[in-house]
This record gives sequence, C-alpha cells and structure tokens, in this order.
Amino acid sequence: MHHRVRQLAALLAAALLLAAGCGGDDDGATGAAQKKPVILATTTSTQDSGLLDVLVPAFEKAGGYTVKTVAVGSGQAIEMGGRGEADVVLAHSPAAEEELMAAGKGSSRRTVMHNDFVIVGPGSDPARIKGSTPTAAMKRIARARAPFISRGDDSGTHTFELKLWEKAGVKPSGSWYQESGQGMGATLQIANDKDAYTLSDRGTYLATDSAKDLKILVEGDASLLNVYHVIDIPQANGKRVNAAGGKAFADWIVSPPAQEMIRAFGVEKYGEPLFTPDAGKTDEEIAEAV
Amino acid sequence: MDVLWDAVAEAFRLLLTGDAQTWEIIGRSLRISLTATALALVLGLPVGALLAFGRFPARRLVLALVNTGMGVPPIVAGLVVTVLLWRSGPLGGLGLLYTPTAMVIAQTAIALPLVAGLSSAALGHVDPELRVQMQALGAGRLRSLWVVAAEARLPLLAAGMAGFGAVVSEVGAALMVGGNIAGQTRVLTTAAVLEASKGAFALALAFGIILLLLAFAVNLVLTVVQQRGTP
Repeated sequence: MHHRVRQLAALLAAALLLAAGCGGDDDGATGAAQKKPVILATTTSTQDSGLLDVLVPAFEKAGGYTVKTVAVGSGQAIEMGGRGEADVVLAHSPAAEEELMAAGKGSSRRTVMHNDFVIVGPGSDPARIKGSTPTAAMKRIARARAPFISRGDDSGTHTFELKLWEKAGVKPSGSWYQESGQGMGATLQIANDKDAYTLSDRGTYLATDSAKDLKILVEGDASLLNVYHVIDIPQANGKRVNAAGGKAFADWIVSPPAQEMIRAFGVEKYGEPLFTPDAGKTDEEIAEAV
Repeated sequence: MDVLWDAVAEAFRLLLTGDAQTWEIIGRSLRISLTATALALVLGLPVGALLAFGRFPARRLVLALVNTGMGVPPIVAGLVVTVLLWRSGPLGGLGLLYTPTAMVIAQTAIALPLVAGLSSAALGHVDPELRVQMQALGAGRLRSLWVVAAEARLPLLAAGMAGFGAVVSEVGAALMVGGNIAGQTRVLTTAAVLEASKGAFALALAFGIILLLLAFAVNLVLTVVQQRGTP
C-alpha cells in the first residue's frame, strides 16, 4: 500500500523536475538578443489580419530586440502605454491617441498606414443602403430597424461605429441593435448568421472566409478611413519602460523596408493589399488621396 | 455541422503531420499546466491535511475561504496576478509579465484552492479509527498520516486531476498574464481564442479537440499508474 503513495510522490517529483528542466526558456528568443524585450500594445485587428506575424519577426531580426506583442482593444492598448506597461502602441483610435499625447504620455505619434472601414450586410439589403453615404446608411438602418451587430467592446472599430451613429443623429437602441462583445472576425460571423449589418475594417472582412454571405454595401468615403498611428512611450511613464526599444520599433515601422512590407501584405492571398502605407503623411493628406 | 467535421480532420492533420507550431504549443501547454499542478499539490496537500486533521480556531474560516477559492473565475486570478506583476506593481522588478512563469503563477493560484479543498475532503473521509489504531500500535503522527494518505490515494489523485483539468483548460488568466504571444506564451486555449476571433472556427475547434486529447492522455496515464495492483 505504501509503495503506491511513494510512486505518486515519485511521479510528482518527476513532473517538477521536468518542469524545472524545461522552464529555462522563459523568454523564447532572448538568448540570441541581449537587449531588453519591447512590449508592443496593439489592436486585435492588426493581429487578426496576420500583418504582425510578418512585421514583428522582421523587426526582431533588423533591430536585435525581442518583441512581446499584446493584442487588445485600442482603448486598453492606449491605457497600457499611458501607464508605462507598454513601450510602444500601434492603434487606430485617433481621439484617444490625441488625448494620450496631450497628457504628455507619448514621445511621438506618427502615421503608419491606413485601411478603410466598410459597411457590410446581407445581399438582399433590406434597409436599401447600397451606394449611399455612411451617415445616410446609418440613418436608413435605424429607420428600417434592420438588425445591426455592434462590437460593443470599446475597440477602435467600436468607437468609430459610435461616431458614425452620432454623425447620423441616431441613438441606436432597441432589439435590432445588438452588441457582440467580441472581436471583428467573430462579429462578422454573427452578422452573417443573423443577416445583419455591421461595420468592419476591410482587411478582416476579406480575411474572414466564414462571412461570405455578407456583401460590401458602403465603401470608399473619406470619412471611412481607418488610420493607424504608432506612439512610442517616454521613460517618464515608468522607470521600467524600455523607451529605447519602443522608439526603435516606432522608427522601424515607418522606415522604407517596413512600409514596403505593409504595401505587399495580403496581395498574394486576397488579390489586393489590406493596408496602404502612409509614413510621413498627415491625416488630411491621406483623406485627400481617396 | 461542416465546421465540426473540418475541425476533427484539421486536428488529426495537425497532429499526424507533426506541424511544428502545433507541437510547440502542445508542449508549452503541458509544461505550464503540469508545473502549476505540481506546485499546487506541493502547497495544497499540506493545507488539505491541516484542514482535515488540524484543530485550530480559524479552521472553519480557512475552509470556507478555500471552498470559495475553488470557484474564483480564472480571469479574476489573472487580473490580480497581472496587477502584481505590472512594471509599476510590487513585483514589477522581476519582469515576469507575459512570460510562461507568470502563467505558472496564475495557474497555481487557480489550482491551489481546488487541491487543498478536495484533498481535505478526501482525507476527512478516511475512517478516523484508522489513525487512532495506528497510534495505538505505536506509529508516530507522520507515519499514521502517511497511512491515511495511502488509504485516500484515489480521491487525492482526483484532487490533482481536477487541478490539472482546471488549469489546462482555462483561458482568462493565460490570456491576461501571458498575452498570447506567438512562440512565447501561446498555449492551446489562447490559440483557440485567437483563431475563433479571426473567424477560423474549424482551426479553433481543432485546438479544442487537441486539448481534450491531451487532458485525456494525462488522466489516462495517472489513472493507470494509480489503479495498478488495485483489486
């Protein structure tokens, strides 16, 4: 009887040894690079599109840094920067970004790229929004009480959607207006299943194969531009901030090689680029180009 | 329904073709959750024994706390560990946030009350006469505790399995303290969440199926070891 308990104890000890033996590789690639890891706080849309899987390894190779990419909503990403829990922020929530800069919590804010939002919905288009302007479309959806799925998660896309309702003079509420509380891909899938309208960035819409019953109904308006900015975080935000690493990433992502990678991303798979590189341009210049 | 079949096919394709990324994620999931379970056993079994046999004033209070702890949602445990490990937090100097070690800490915190609570119940159910008899026969306290533990080995193992099952399948804390960083802290559950949010439901489910197979394999090994020689 006792030896079985001893067996269990031995098994436990073995598990601990195994764990201890394997536990040494905590920081993955840091063995190669001695520089402090950079924490990049960014939005789920850049991660879901797969763009970061291309950009981050390229930066790690070029700069000799290890990057810890934490993909959260724009709101949380900017909050992490403000608290000094991230070294660099890549976001698409202009109002919140400007607030961060105004509070002196960002070293620099630079334009990286843009894609655009599209309003998608069922092909039958019950609210007849096809080809209308974004604000007219929102008004018509509300008037028809056609089902609309909102992200409802304080993300950049959600903030943008709320701004569109505000511009349309509509306070969305009622059973036709539903919040998914989930990421873009999952929200598109829900809209697809419910024959509902939703607002999506073009990249995620193109990348979400499971939402192909939804059609792009409103697009190409300057007011639908979705501009991404990179903000590097100053040392003043916290004594453990890796300000040099954050600046290195921000400098790199607006450099020609990175911008070229952004331009080429997605062309092979979707037949069109998902993002347009914009380094050095102002928001006004980007809007004029549409 | 198609998604389900696609998911099963995808799960076996990933496993059988030796997809490097998948195996790396499986290895990391196992390592983190087994370490956390082992730590929870090391810390939790003595607490369980103390709660079962100890007679001290705050015993009922501690027992109630442990039982409450068994129901704490992983995301809450994850939030607390995150705030503690923040650069600006009390343990920020260790630089542990977004590392596997941080995930082990959070998962240990989740498994600990389960192990302590269930092992205290397991030991408490052993006939109290046994200890009295052992001591009457001249056995010391530790010796008689050992015999009681042997008697309760089945439910004690179940406590360990419950701990492992809870941590290997939780996603809230793993996502919060690990950050789901590819090649560093991505485990089966967080990979499934990411793929689902991308709309790749079959792949997400495939990770779920692999997770089930993994939990099954671990529990099978433990059960076989434990049942060997039992009539």
